[in-house]
This record gives sequence, structure tokens and C-alpha cells, in this order.
Amino acid sequence: MIATRILVLATALLAAAAPVHAQISDGVIKIGIMNDQSGTYSDITGPGSTLAARLAVEDFGAAKKGMKVEIVVADHQNKPDVGSGIARQWFDAEKVDVIVDVPTSSVALAINQITRDKGKAFLVSGAAASDLTGKACSPNTIHWTYDTWALANGTGSAVVKTGGDTWFFLTADYAFGHALERDTEAVVLKSGGKVVGKVRHPFPTADFSSFLLQAQASKAKIIGLANAGADTINAIKQGADFGIVRGGQQFAGLLVFISDVHALSLERAQGLVLTEAFYWDLNDRTRAWSKRFGGQHHGAMPTMVQAGVYSAVLHYLKAVEALKSDDGTKVIAKMKEMPTDDPLFGKGTVRADGRKLHPMYLFEVKKPAESKGPWDYYKVRATIPAEQAFRPVDQGDCPLVKK
Amino acid sequence: MTIFGIPAQALFGQLLIGLINGAFYAMLSLGLSVIFGLLNIINFAHGAQYMMGAFVAYFALQWAGLGYWPSLLIAPVVVGLFGVVLERTMLKRLYHLDHLYGLLLTFGVALVVQGLFRNEFGSSGLPYAAPSQLSGGYNLGFMFLPTYRGWVVVFSLVVCLGTWYVIERTKLGAYLRAATENPTLVQAFGINVPRMITLTYGFGVGLAALAGVLAAPIYQVNPLMGADLIIVVFAVVVIGGLGSIMGSIVTGFGLGVVEGFTKVFYPEASNTVIFVIMALVLLVRPSGLFGRTT
Repeated sequence: MIATRILVLATALLAAAAPVHAQISDGVIKIGIMNDQSGTYSDITGPGSTLAARLAVEDFGAAKKGMKVEIVVADHQNKPDVGSGIARQWFDAEKVDVIVDVPTSSVALAINQITRDKGKAFLVSGAAASDLTGKACSPNTIHWTYDTWALANGTGSAVVKTGGDTWFFLTADYAFGHALERDTEAVVLKSGGKVVGKVRHPFPTADFSSFLLQAQASKAKIIGLANAGADTINAIKQGADFGIVRGGQQFAGLLVFISDVHALSLERAQGLVLTEAFYWDLNDRTRAWSKRFGGQHHGAMPTMVQAGVYSAVLHYLKAVEALKSDDGTKVIAKMKEMPTDDPLFGKGTVRADGRKLHPMYLFEVKKPAESKGPWDYYKVRATIPAEQAFRPVDQGDCPLVKK
Repeated sequence: MTIFGIPAQALFGQLLIGLINGAFYAMLSLGLSVIFGLLNIINFAHGAQYMMGAFVAYFALQWAGLGYWPSLLIAPVVVGLFGVVLERTMLKRLYHLDHLYGLLLTFGVALVVQGLFRNEFGSSGLPYAAPSQLSGGYNLGFMFLPTYRGWVVVFSLVVCLGTWYVIERTKLGAYLRAATENPTLVQAFGINVPRMITLTYGFGVGLAALAGVLAAPIYQVNPLMGADLIIVVFAVVVIGGLGSIMGSIVTGFGLGVVEGFTKVFYPEASNTVIFVIMALVLLVRPSGLFGRTT
């Protein structure tokens, strides 16, 4: 049947839809924002990251300083092949100097290698895998906002300390999920806990009921969610339907963003303990910036990834200005040399392995009664100082720091 | 008792969950089959229309205070009307052309609709609660069954079998089937064939919207909910055989169960197993399990 044949072909094409993007370059400082503009992670990164980068260029005052800065945007659809294709085109044909954001660790790891080969610069805010400053570390990459080690260290140890000593992992089946599971498992074991089981689910997954039943049957006290975005939201929401929490088990959202909490509503998210690098309501400077951001973004407050894009782009431009060059390798070296300072993360540094250091926060999601309105969601449970928040530099197996 | 190293109780649970997912596959592939069988249009906008159904339920609650039960009626009607307008203004111009044109048009419509919703509502989705009568659940001994999910299986079975009955066993269904075979002749008997076709499309679209309302309390009301599902549903349709009503119902439920078991034995493959089956079925029976060879 012809119709069947067409349908099969169209289904296959749809499953591998081609990237839509492309802008023209004319040299100068060209910043490429690459992330998920339309899928599972687009609320976490997406157009909000583009806006954050624009605000950074504005605040840096590039125009006044006579520097010409251009921002281009692409959607990598969370697919490493699509992302690599765009990165090559950007570097080779469109003279992009730096790629920023890139959630989805599998894509980020691919671009990490390409950037290194081409001698350009790569500022990761969206992706989480701690491998980016570990085995895969590169003189052309800075991992800006957070990583799986920091998440595991924050949330994992806090949960074990409050009695959650048996774990079952629901893990997104790709580089990020594996890294988050690995780093959390290490923390759980080190703190005296036990991992009784794990299941790797396809990314993305809409229906978690099957996996939740397996988690329920494991009798683990804690169900660790080593996934993100819509996957985390669906797992928590459906977990409530299946009586997970009523049955005495607890969820540990290992990577939960404020946009996830907003989508879940406080009703369902209350009591979750989570680790983030940024919250809009930390101090006057974060509040002021976030209001400005929200005003141009449907009123939504920035996620830590979007805040990280702002901070990274700002520091990048400062380094380019100081260096008077946009050579990728040199700029990254300069960025490591200069201390960082911006309204969102305060003062910080960039380590030799490419790890940006700043405090991380252990938050607890408020009860509906405690919240004064939309986006008033977190209370700070603990501040993890910068030197304790990230993996010690000698434990990552990064060739750049080995003598 | 254990089967393949998995406790039998766990398997019963997975069987039931497979049926729940299968209920959505069945309802969506049924709508596609009705539309293809009678209009010869491959309706790629089906996923978007499913999503619109969920959003109509959400709007009804937010703006008019109308809860889940009225939405079960309102959403199919509203989205069905959207389908009728789409058919009257665009699709009807394509009937005499190759399948490919209808497919491209509906795919384009789906992209536009999904893009508009995503732009407005983001990708994380909006919460929609199950009605209070269906909240809570039963402890079946081998698993905790949320009442709402039980309801979804029963309700969609009734809708599927009802649709099958109307098309295969009633006079109206006979007209419809006759009109696809030979529209000129049926028109000569005084039956308004174009209107019947329009209403059929509206009905198929309404089925998608109904599935959307059913899905709203289980998943988030999410602009991308249809885009994720539609590819699987098309594979289900291909396996069942394009245009076969009973085929799409049986295949929908069956593949839901197969997928459910895959999630236990080899979870990593659970999003590809249906496509593997599709490839195998096409090798052995190119017109699908229940398809007529024409």
C-alpha cells in the first residue's frame, strides 16, 4: 500500500527532524547560544537563555565600548548529531567565537570535543555531567553553573543525613542521567547508605507508571530521580497518583529547577529538597535582575541555567576586552586568570580544570501556605560554600591538572 | 511464583499499566483509522488535536470554572469544530491528490498549532487535577491502582467499541463505508456525501480531543504532549493496518502491553520496541496485521 509506505517514511523523517536555524556572520564577537529551544528542556534553558545573554551584552555596555557583539541562536533538539552539525557549521562557516549554554550532557560532551579541535571557546551552563571538568576536561571549556557532583553532594548527602539510607534510582538513559546516578551513588555509599536498585528510562519519557511500580516494589526509602525537566515533573506527579509518598517512600529530585516547581505547583512539590546555584529571591541584586528578566519573559523567573548564561557571557566579554582578542583558547585562559564578579553569583573564580566556583544552595520547597505568590517557592536550608560545593580539583582525573 | 525471574505480581501490575497506555494508543489510532478509512487523509495533526483537547479542558476549568465531566463533552465538540473548519477550508481541496499532500498539510498545521501553544505556555506543562470522584485508588494486592487510570481503560474501551459498532454494524456506518467505495453512487441516492465526510473528520478529531481530556490528569497539560505520542501512534496504525477499525483497537491495547513488559525486562528499549515490531510486521505483512491487501 502506497499510503503505508508514505506513512512509514514520514514517521521516520519526523523522528529525525532536521535542524532549523542559521544566521549570517560578519566576524566580530559572535556568541552562539545553543540549547533546547522547543522541547523538554526549553523552559529551563531555551529562549530564556537567549534573553539572559542579551542582557549580559547590554550590561557589559559593548556598544559604548565600541565592541561589536552579535548573538546567534540554534536549537539542538537534545540530539548530539544535530548539535555537532550546528557547532561545526558555526565554527567553520559562520565565524562563531563562543558557544554558550548547551543543556543535555550528551550534546555538550560532543561539542566539548569539537570546540577543542577548533580552538574556540565553550561555556557550559545547561549541561550537568561532571565529566566536563573530569576526564573530558578541555582548555577550551568552562563548566559554569552546576554539575552532577555538586547536585549529588548537596541533595544526596542531605537526604541520607535525614534518614534516607536506601535508594532506588530512576535514571534518564543518557550521559547526564548516568553521571548523576554515578555521582549520587558515590555520595550515598560514602554516607553509609545503600542502593537497592535502579532502572534506566528512555529520554524523554511521558509515562513513568511502569518504572514507579518497580521503584515501589524495591521498598527503598528514597526514590532518586536522576533526570530533569518534564521527566522529573511527570515522575513526581505520577508518583503521587500511585501513592508513592503515602506508602512511606520519598522522592529525591536530584536536579529540580524552579520552572519544574512552578509546573508541578507547590501542592505537589512541597517539601522537596533540592540543590541549585541560584534563586531569584536571594538578595536585592538577584531580585532586581530577575524582575527585569521576568518582564521580558512572560513573567517567569530565571532558572539557574539562564542566570548562569548571563554570568558566563558577562565574564567572557570582560576577558575579551582585557585580552583584545577573541581567540578561543586564550580567552578561556584569561577567564580562568581573572576573578569573576556579577550581580547574580557574586564573586567567584574559575579553576584550572574549567570548573567555575561559587556557593551552591540547598533549598526546600515551601508549603502552599508559606508562599506569598507565584515564584515564591524556596527557603534556604543550607549554603554550601564554593570550596565545598564542587568536586575537589584532584579527584576528577582531569589531565589538565595532572602534573 | 516468578516468571522469567520477575515476581508474577509485578507482571500483573505491568500488564495493567500496559493496558492503560494502550487505551491512549487505541483511541488515537482509532481516530486516525476512521479518518484514513473514510477520507483517505493521513491526519498528522492528530497529535496536535489531542493536545488541544487537553488544553480546552484546562481553559474550561480556568476561565469558565467547568470541571472534568463537562470537558469530556466540550473539548471534543470544540476541537471537532476546529477540525470541521480545517476540512471545509483546506483538506477538501486535496482529496483528488496524492496522500502526500494531505500529510504535508496536516503536518504543517500540527507544527503551527504546537508552536503557538508552546510559545504561549512553555514546555513544562500546566497542572490539571483528576475529578474528586476519581481521585484515590484501590490496593489490588499486587499493585496500587489509581482510580482514575482504571476509569481511563474502561471509558476508552467503551468509546472504541462504540465507534466500531457504529461504523461496522449500523446503517449510518454502512452509508459511510459505501461513500468511500463509490461517492458518486451514494450521492445519487440522495445522501449528502461531502457533509458526511466533513462530519466524519470532525468526529475523528473529536476522538483525539477526547483522548486529550482523558490524558490531562495523568500527564501535565503540555503543548508537546501530542508531538511525543503521535509518532508511536502512527507506528501502531501501521502495525494494525491503515484504515482497519478493529485492527487499530486491538493493536493499540496489545502494543501498550508489549511496551509495558519491555519496561520491566529491558527498559532501555521501551521507546524503540514498537518500531522494531513495526519493521518486522512490514516485512511479513506489508499491509499490517489487520489491513486489507488492495
